[in-house]
Amino acid sequence: MEQRTIAAIATAMSPGGISVIRISGPEAFEVADRVFRSKKAGKRLCEQETHTIHYGYIFRNEEMIDEVLVLLMRGPKSYTAEDTVEIDCHGGVLVTKRILETVLENGASPADPGEFTKRAFLNGRIDLSRAEAVMDLIQAKNEFARKNAVSQLNGKLYFKIKDFRDMILDGAAQIEAALDDPEQISLEGFCEKLDQDLDGICIGLDEMLADADNGRMLAEGIRTVILGRPNAGKSSLLNLLAGQERAIVTEIAGTTRDTLEEQILLGGIGFRLVDTAGIRSTEDIVEKIGVSKAMEQAENADLILYVVDGSMPLDENDEQIIGMIQDKKAVVLLNKSDLPLYISEEELKEKTGKKVITVSAKEFTGFKRLENVLCEMFLHREVQYNDEVWITNIRQKENLRHARESLQLVRESISQNMPEDFLTIDLMNAYMELGYILGEEVEDDMVDRVFSKFCMGK
Amino acid sequence: MPVVEEYYDVVVVGAGHAGCEAALACARMGLETIMFTVSVDSIALMPCNPNIGGSSKGHLVREIDALGGEMGKNIDKTFIQSKMLNASKGPAVYSLRAQADKQDYTREMRRTLENTEGLHVRQGEAAEIIVEGGKLQGIKMASGAIYRCKAAVLAAGTYLRARCIYGEVSQNTGPNGLQAAVYLTESLQKNGVKMRRFKTGTPARVDKRSLDFTKMEEQFGDERIVPFSFATDPESVQKDQVSCWLTYTTPETHQIIRNNLDRSPLFSGAIEGTGPRYCPSIEDKVVKFADKERHQVFIEPEGLYTNEMYLGGLSSSLPEDVQYEMYRTVKGLENVRIVRNAYAIEYDCIDALQLNPTLEFKNITGLYSAGQINGSSGYEEAAAQGLIAGINAALSIQNKDRLVLDRSQAYIGVLIDDLVTKETHEPYRMMTSRAEYRLLLRQDNADMRLTEIGYRVGLIDEDRYQKYLTKKEIIQREMDRLRQIHVGGSETVQNFLEKHNSTLLNNGSGMTLAELLKRPELNYFLLAEIDPVRPVIPRDAAEQVNINLKYEGYINRQMKQVEQFKKLENRRLSSGFDYTAVKGLRKEAVQKLEAFKPASIGQASRISGVSPADISVLLVYLEQKRREA
Repeated sequence: MEQRTIAAIATAMSPGGISVIRISGPEAFEVADRVFRSKKAGKRLCEQETHTIHYGYIFRNEEMIDEVLVLLMRGPKSYTAEDTVEIDCHGGVLVTKRILETVLENGASPADPGEFTKRAFLNGRIDLSRAEAVMDLIQAKNEFARKNAVSQLNGKLYFKIKDFRDMILDGAAQIEAALDDPEQISLEGFCEKLDQDLDGICIGLDEMLADADNGRMLAEGIRTVILGRPNAGKSSLLNLLAGQERAIVTEIAGTTRDTLEEQILLGGIGFRLVDTAGIRSTEDIVEKIGVSKAMEQAENADLILYVVDGSMPLDENDEQIIGMIQDKKAVVLLNKSDLPLYISEEELKEKTGKKVITVSAKEFTGFKRLENVLCEMFLHREVQYNDEVWITNIRQKENLRHARESLQLVRESISQNMPEDFLTIDLMNAYMELGYILGEEVEDDMVDRVFSKFCMGK
Repeated sequence: MPVVEEYYDVVVVGAGHAGCEAALACARMGLETIMFTVSVDSIALMPCNPNIGGSSKGHLVREIDALGGEMGKNIDKTFIQSKMLNASKGPAVYSLRAQADKQDYTREMRRTLENTEGLHVRQGEAAEIIVEGGKLQGIKMASGAIYRCKAAVLAAGTYLRARCIYGEVSQNTGPNGLQAAVYLTESLQKNGVKMRRFKTGTPARVDKRSLDFTKMEEQFGDERIVPFSFATDPESVQKDQVSCWLTYTTPETHQIIRNNLDRSPLFSGAIEGTGPRYCPSIEDKVVKFADKERHQVFIEPEGLYTNEMYLGGLSSSLPEDVQYEMYRTVKGLENVRIVRNAYAIEYDCIDALQLNPTLEFKNITGLYSAGQINGSSGYEEAAAQGLIAGINAALSIQNKDRLVLDRSQAYIGVLIDDLVTKETHEPYRMMTSRAEYRLLLRQDNADMRLTEIGYRVGLIDEDRYQKYLTKKEIIQREMDRLRQIHVGGSETVQNFLEKHNSTLLNNGSGMTLAELLKRPELNYFLLAEIDPVRPVIPRDAAEQVNINLKYEGYINRQMKQVEQFKKLENRRLSSGFDYTAVKGLRKEAVQKLEAFKPASIGQASRISGVSPADISVLLVYLEQKRREA
């Protein structure tokens, strides 16, 4: 039997509908009790009958987050055959996310990709005939999470975490080198310096955690790529969408990519707009590179906004783009309706097989319609957040939190004058947690660092 | 041509630290055992550093001893200086190290071997392994003699196709000028064993009379000596010790080395083997750490019988004339006379990934391998493997369950798991940082961890086992007692706390002695003052009580991790497992798992290239098979 109690959002994310947060494992009821307050004071979920529903509120410390229904299922009569609590809420994406975070802060761990299904199978709840499907699902979800974990991460943050990891490993390596070769390597004055370093790292991690709460740490939302040939109006479109009063949020300049990203909210739905315009040039060869870059972006997109310059006839660039978006979710924007149009909405719809909306970036017409169309598509599940991306982000935040806690333990050990070898344990825990965020494993890092930095041995 | 043909239960090839432990274990477990060596005068030879133990290696020796091995007892009989390293750090990293009288060490081990019933020592070079149908039948010697056996342990050390090199000189000899073993590599390869070539080195030995000790710092042994073996009476080892000496290289030393790098076989490419990073030659250090102004040199006696001194830190493969020139720039070595040159040695060893955690070859039943031939380095690492290989060879003949120590039980478990699971590119040395549960794997509690196991396999006698049980009970009883005794803010207690700069107790809210003991400024021994009803218990038991309670929080955290670890470790995988049949596994994982044939899910999870998702998939597959059955 598993010991870890896990939690995740069990439903697909949608802005209006009901979401379910599922907690499963030996402490599921205890975790739920820590965050749930019933209408009736003093009612404890642990003491309630199995397969009952309870009405109340989720609290994060003293702050009420949402009004919820809680379903209790004691194992083995649950999906995973473990003690399970499901929290039904209807507060939309952000509230759902905050409830999950609260649950995680109170003793549950984020479920690994495919973990509920894995547990359900291992505990005999899923039919034998579906074993292969279960294995496929686990592998696919993990693969997706792995690919996304790092690419979702804001570039500046990536390098900051790398730096912190590096400093932590240096500290641990110094201790281990001294333990291994005490006659050559001294730890005189080392702890004071380490404590200062850790102070700096902890401040940095606190900032990251605060940013994570403001949604600034990690890019979330429907990954939307704007395509179109040069001068079709992609940049103006992006600026317009990002410049509206509802379209706040931040600018994320990815260091690993040459594209500009904006996070916006339209009709309560988060979008990550990726502009491929910045890689244009009049030089033919560079133009080609630009197009292939844009293609790459489009490959990984949840949604494509294809901008057509209606004031000019379609050219070979357009043909190429139309060919490419055939098997993708896409909306076509017929731009420059302020000028005489070469092609009509109907003709373009016929040609592309996609929804077409006539807009004018210059005169700001057609945007309300665009918003409505996008909301419709989301509500009908034609486009959606990838849940795995979403949970990846929460996992990363958990990793940050754990790293922070481990470093705090190191600092406490230092203040209690614990022998240095005790410090390594928590240092390496923090190193490992931060590594998860970057998609890096620990392996022989420490031993390698010891030998590369210290001259040891006789 | 008629040849000698004999029958034994077990053949051990090699009489170094691995061979000795393997042969003793087999013979003591009641098997007729023959041990071969190229020179009977070189049993348990220490061809490099003249000491046993040190950081993490001391742990290995303690564990060998708790399992019923010989190394700890042998060094207790023959040491000439002893030191507990890291005594100012936490108990998990205390490490015992003793300087040995090399000749005494060899002689004592030989005496033990020769007086063990069922153990036969024989000089000769093993040339071939005889294998039929994937099963070992015997060993053929260079003389043509055939020794049929039920199991064999290869402990050939660094002797296989060994080559010693310094400067332009290259000689096909084993360590210390001994005869190399030239045939065995080919026979192993013919039987499908993958070989590799490693390299290591040793510094020069010099004449004590040519050294100026006034320019060096004297390094003394500890005042109170702690023996290695749990069976050795501590009083019996309190004796006069000899000193070691510390000196330093100079800028001139480094200049001479840099000027002659082109004559070093390491840099000219004359050496092909991979050397260890933790044991660099002085020329390596000067090149890699160019900004270091000086390097430490430890001058250590080779024994009481000789004037030879070991130059710790000055290992080299530079030419003879350069060795002289550079050594003479080291403080106190201005007039040094060399007795034996420094040299590098390269040798064949096996790729240990071909072994099960029992140290038996996956593809050759009955053939075991231990020590430097497995790509490890160090006397202690070798002895640990020799003991486990010997025990398993014997257990297999006796048709009993094999012994595999896992990473949460012993450094020996970490060592062997690393060797047979991880791809290593240099001779492997133990380090405390390799043990993820090191707070549990202390050198002080090796007997608590392993005596029971040693007793079960038959290497720990009844008397020692009973003593262990008694000690265990005393510790438990005393810990329970301390957890139950509450002290309040009485005057005696408050005075005591004040004396030790410890926060006073509030009136009323008492504390147990166990809780009080956890304070950094207090310990079990100090608390005697406010614990009038304390029973008298032996010092070693008292130390266990102190450590167990003082670090209880940390220890419990690691025990929890061990619980998780054990779950995967206890899920065994059969060697016939067909990974290609598991559809959900990634291609890379299938290849790795097919090649490795891991013994457990836990081991599988440590193979590089096998992801956590692959492990989940394997678990689902196993469940599927279980339900289908």
